[in-house]
Amino acid sequence: MISPQTVDDALDALSDTPVHRLLAGGTDEMVKLNHGAQLRQFETVISLSRIPELSMWTLDTAGRQITIGAAVSWSQLTEAPFVEHVPVLAQAARTVGSPQIRNAGTIGGNVATASPAGDGLCALVALDAMATVRSTRGTRRVRVAELTTGPKRTNLEPDELIVSLDVPLTHGFQGYTKVGVRNAMVISLAGVALVVDDDRQSVSFALGSVGPTILRSPAAETVAANVLFGGTHLGDAMSQLAAAIRKTARPIDDHRSTAAYRRHAVGVLATRLIERALISRGASQ
Amino acid sequence: MTDVIVDERDFELTINGARVPVRGAAPGASLLQVLRDQLQLTGTKGACEEGECGSCSVLVDGVLMCSCLVMAASVTDTAITTIESVARPDGSFSDVQQAFVDCGAVQCGFCTPGLVMAVTDLLNQQPHADRETVREALAGNLCRCTGYGRILAAIDQVISQRAAQ
Amino acid sequence: MTDLQLPPRQRDVLGTSPTRPDAPAKVSGAFAFSSDLTADGAVWGATLRSPHPHARIVALDVSGALAIDGVRAVITAADVPGRNAYGLIESDQPVFADGIVRFVGEPVAAVAAADPTTCQRALDAIVVTYDVLPPLLDPEAAIDPGTASIHPHGNVVRHQRIVTGDPSVVGDVVVEGEYEIGMQDQAFLGLEAALAIPDPDGSGVELHVATQWLHEDRQQIAACLGLPEASVRLVLGGVGGAFGGREDISLQVHACLLALRVGRPVRMHYSRTESFLGHVHRHPARIWMRHHADRHGTLVNIEARFVFDGGAYASTSSAVLINAVTHTQGPYRCPNAVVDGYAVRTNHLPCGAMRGFGVVQACFAHESQMDRLAAACGIDPLDIRRRNAMVTGDVLITGQPVTSVAPVLRCIDETEALPLPTQPVGGDDHPFGRPGGAGLTSDAGNIVRGIGYAVSIKNLMYSEGFDDFSTARCTVDDGQVALKYATAEVGQGFVTIAEQIARSILGLDEVSSETIDTTVGSAGSTSASRQTWMSGGAVEGACRAVRDRLLSDIASERGVEPGRLEVHDCDVVDVVDGWRQPVREAVRGRSFSEEFIHRHRPTVRLNDLGQGECHTAFAFAAHRAVVDVDVDLGLVKVVQIATAQDIGRALNPMSVIGQIEGGVAQGLGLAVMEEIVQVDGVIRNPSFTDYLLPTIADMPPVEIAMIEEYEPESPLGAKGVGEPPTISSTPAIVAAIRDAISQAYPMARPLTRVPVRPHDIVDAISNSR
Repeated sequence: MISPQTVDDALDALSDTPVHRLLAGGTDEMVKLNHGAQLRQFETVISLSRIPELSMWTLDTAGRQITIGAAVSWSQLTEAPFVEHVPVLAQAARTVGSPQIRNAGTIGGNVATASPAGDGLCALVALDAMATVRSTRGTRRVRVAELTTGPKRTNLEPDELIVSLDVPLTHGFQGYTKVGVRNAMVISLAGVALVVDDDRQSVSFALGSVGPTILRSPAAETVAANVLFGGTHLGDAMSQLAAAIRKTARPIDDHRSTAAYRRHAVGVLATRLIERALISRGASQ
Repeated sequence: MTDVIVDERDFELTINGARVPVRGAAPGASLLQVLRDQLQLTGTKGACEEGECGSCSVLVDGVLMCSCLVMAASVTDTAITTIESVARPDGSFSDVQQAFVDCGAVQCGFCTPGLVMAVTDLLNQQPHADRETVREALAGNLCRCTGYGRILAAIDQVISQRAAQ
Repeated sequence: MTDLQLPPRQRDVLGTSPTRPDAPAKVSGAFAFSSDLTADGAVWGATLRSPHPHARIVALDVSGALAIDGVRAVITAADVPGRNAYGLIESDQPVFADGIVRFVGEPVAAVAAADPTTCQRALDAIVVTYDVLPPLLDPEAAIDPGTASIHPHGNVVRHQRIVTGDPSVVGDVVVEGEYEIGMQDQAFLGLEAALAIPDPDGSGVELHVATQWLHEDRQQIAACLGLPEASVRLVLGGVGGAFGGREDISLQVHACLLALRVGRPVRMHYSRTESFLGHVHRHPARIWMRHHADRHGTLVNIEARFVFDGGAYASTSSAVLINAVTHTQGPYRCPNAVVDGYAVRTNHLPCGAMRGFGVVQACFAHESQMDRLAAACGIDPLDIRRRNAMVTGDVLITGQPVTSVAPVLRCIDETEALPLPTQPVGGDDHPFGRPGGAGLTSDAGNIVRGIGYAVSIKNLMYSEGFDDFSTARCTVDDGQVALKYATAEVGQGFVTIAEQIARSILGLDEVSSETIDTTVGSAGSTSASRQTWMSGGAVEGACRAVRDRLLSDIASERGVEPGRLEVHDCDVVDVVDGWRQPVREAVRGRSFSEEFIHRHRPTVRLNDLGQGECHTAFAFAAHRAVVDVDVDLGLVKVVQIATAQDIGRALNPMSVIGQIEGGVAQGLGLAVMEEIVQVDGVIRNPSFTDYLLPTIADMPPVEIAMIEEYEPESPLGAKGVGEPPTISSTPAIVAAIRDAISQAYPMARPLTRVPVRPHDIVDAISNSR
């Protein structure tokens, strides 16, 4: 096992070891190993646990963004003051697994795992987060939504490392909500993240667990922007909003739920988030 | 800076304050496997292999983790705390352990070591945790026997005892 | 001599809640669960399982596995020296598949190797060629005589009718419904594990295993090993919960076979995934019922049909079915009934015992029906239950009179009287109090509160003529009491109760329990809510026998009639002249050992019309559920459960509370989240990520009223308390959900299946928005 102590060393290790397994929080990789996936011959484990720069987030007030190291844990994101900066991500982080999982699991790992049910991933897509991806060949900045290409699939090259995630600081309501069959420690059957940018008068909706990747819903975003910024009455727009969300959804039937339910649920969740946005605006005015 | 290279079969861990050698671990073995099979520290239990039950909870540098999700070779530079160290140095029980005994929080007992770890950690950080904080903090520790009622009673006992001191 | 009156010392006798003897070891991590056991030179065992629900094994090549360094043995059906079949009621399940596999997960081979990793490589190297056969997955098709049998014993494990009175009676009010119960898993936390140690000369084996019934295991194992029972010794390894799932053989025979083959101790541990495949589950069931009542709501006739999917092998399916059909009426009088029940084989996972044992399924159906009947009659749901509540002396549809104490009315009244939750609808501001919990799913305005009730009857102990007994030995040596029994302590607390019994009867406080193993007679299974009654009765009998010998010795020494001597608290007392001596002193230098076998009164097998006194005794319970439902998303948060339970007598109040709270949690699980999902015969959720157990965030407070009416038929006046909490909690929760839904959508279709999934609720209201 190689435990690099800097990102540069980690990139060297990635490029030097053709067969490797990247280990951050372990909440996905260890499950595979525990279930009988054995390390291949000559497979090198590269542990990211000793790289301090990956485990911090930094606030850039002037640039109005937060840079989150890829190995920042969910627990770090549920603590003050992060919660005030990016509520949607904090709320998503708090719904992940259990305290033990949140202490271990990392936001970078959530992106790299690319589960359509990823709570953090859903929030990041709503935030239009940018990932900084590095290798010894160079650095690229890519939207998180473009990094994930399908269920558990990304366009990361084997020698690439997600180093950090840039999240904009916005004025306006943010919220994440999901449906699970249990009150805690549950994978979402449907999840919705909403980010309202009062300055740009824009709205973004990201939908989880209803497609091969996290989905955005431009049609619903337009409807919602009209409600929040265009004076459209909510009552009139509610069913339109839900319909647009449901039209975006491409859910499947599986052992956790049905496609029909998931499609229904994202519509309900989206309208609730808009209601919460209106209430929060009313409260702040 | 140089990389830290750890031999995945033979390495050392710091467990309950002591530096202990691990020999002949399976590559990629979890901390849980190493504690139980290599080091005979069987107080830490395993029941799901995927971080969904909390039976294997330990502290890694003071942070509550599921030891089944920690690769043992990746934590050679940390301080690991297991259930075996929770009792006081004189062998008497901690107040959390005693409350579990007193309040009927133990039935089959398989979840108990993990719960003792989680409750100890919670009440050290939040001595006055309210009921909902307790629920959120312990949502990762499944118990199949008790329905959690007596576990909550044990926690109440510790909170009130500590408040009275 | 002045009789110094000291306040009575608190003694850990019956009626108190002493510390469990095993609790200190359990809180410190020192308690040895079966998975913690090892022995010098031990190797590991592992099992190869079928990936197909139904297939013929065309070829089985183990040479690749044997060639791996570190592999000690590979065994298959050809290596079973005795009978390649076991089972609790009929021996129909192969130790290893012999030519045919009948469910996904059926053992095909086992390996022994130096470590678990090598075991896994060996399993991967075994090549099995299957000819896949069409699986039988529809229980109704299994009933059809035209369907090809998937097992030499046939597809119908048992068919039982009950006909009583005049089944043609038609009520003024008739309601009918069809109900479905999903497959629940016991999900004990301590996974299957065993350590098998061969005798040095290979003539026998000692098995340390987590089980519910050592002697039954031994009998089945010995038959498969082709050894006399005396050559197989079982020792209880620490048990991490059971709930019925350890009543059947899982890895026992495999571990013994491997140990005998390699001549070394063998450890076998299941993973969680393997555990889902490797033990029996609660039967999924389809139940149709039609209830007839007069216009006042008095039941006049019940028609019912039960179909239980037993999966590939019989296990206890026939007994589970009997429990279901004989509990059709619930705790209510009904003069006429016609019931038809089937337990069938399919290529699903085998099913058998789980807490509630057939009555869980029946109760969900009859309580759903009682609510329908109440609505149809325009009567309050509790009033219709009171109107029909049975009392001691009533005759069941099997013709059996209820001789047990039957405080059904008290259960109902005292449940209703328990305080309702004070928290507002939707809980407080904390998300954990609302449906959806941490997901921040529901706002207060989305939530409707519902209340529902259910009442249950449950038979205690074994039925239908089974020779049900338990054995215990009590030894008193110089004041130290040692109890010996083979009663499996699975977490329920029998060891605590046994020692309380001894203290109460003997007046001695230093009591311990010896190793739980097969060196004493059988205790029967830790199941059917029977051990406090049965093994408690055996311990009581053994302790009484010792006490009688002591009193007799003292009487002859004092030259008085033995009848004058009694044990009062800690003293031997002559009730005539007032002489007294502490028992502790009286037994000094004396030694006694007595064994006692407790049997309950005989029962009979049901006849073709379902008539006969097949059960021993009954216990009753009522549950009230308060739920908050996010109707639009179909999410439920159970806010409170209230229950009054007929327990006879609280021998250990804290244990009673623990059983009730724990049982309710399992009932809640079945109501809203727990289900093994199989598609085309393949389990889709064999993990704790996808098979959801209630967390501490899901479990509400439980308000409890213990109804203590001494049960004269029970040796200690106590009834078993383990199962009732799991039985009527489920239908109470579903009734509460229905109540909430109907407030928001009066025209919604009633829920008829458990677990209630979010989409079930959404579907139920879909046409009524």
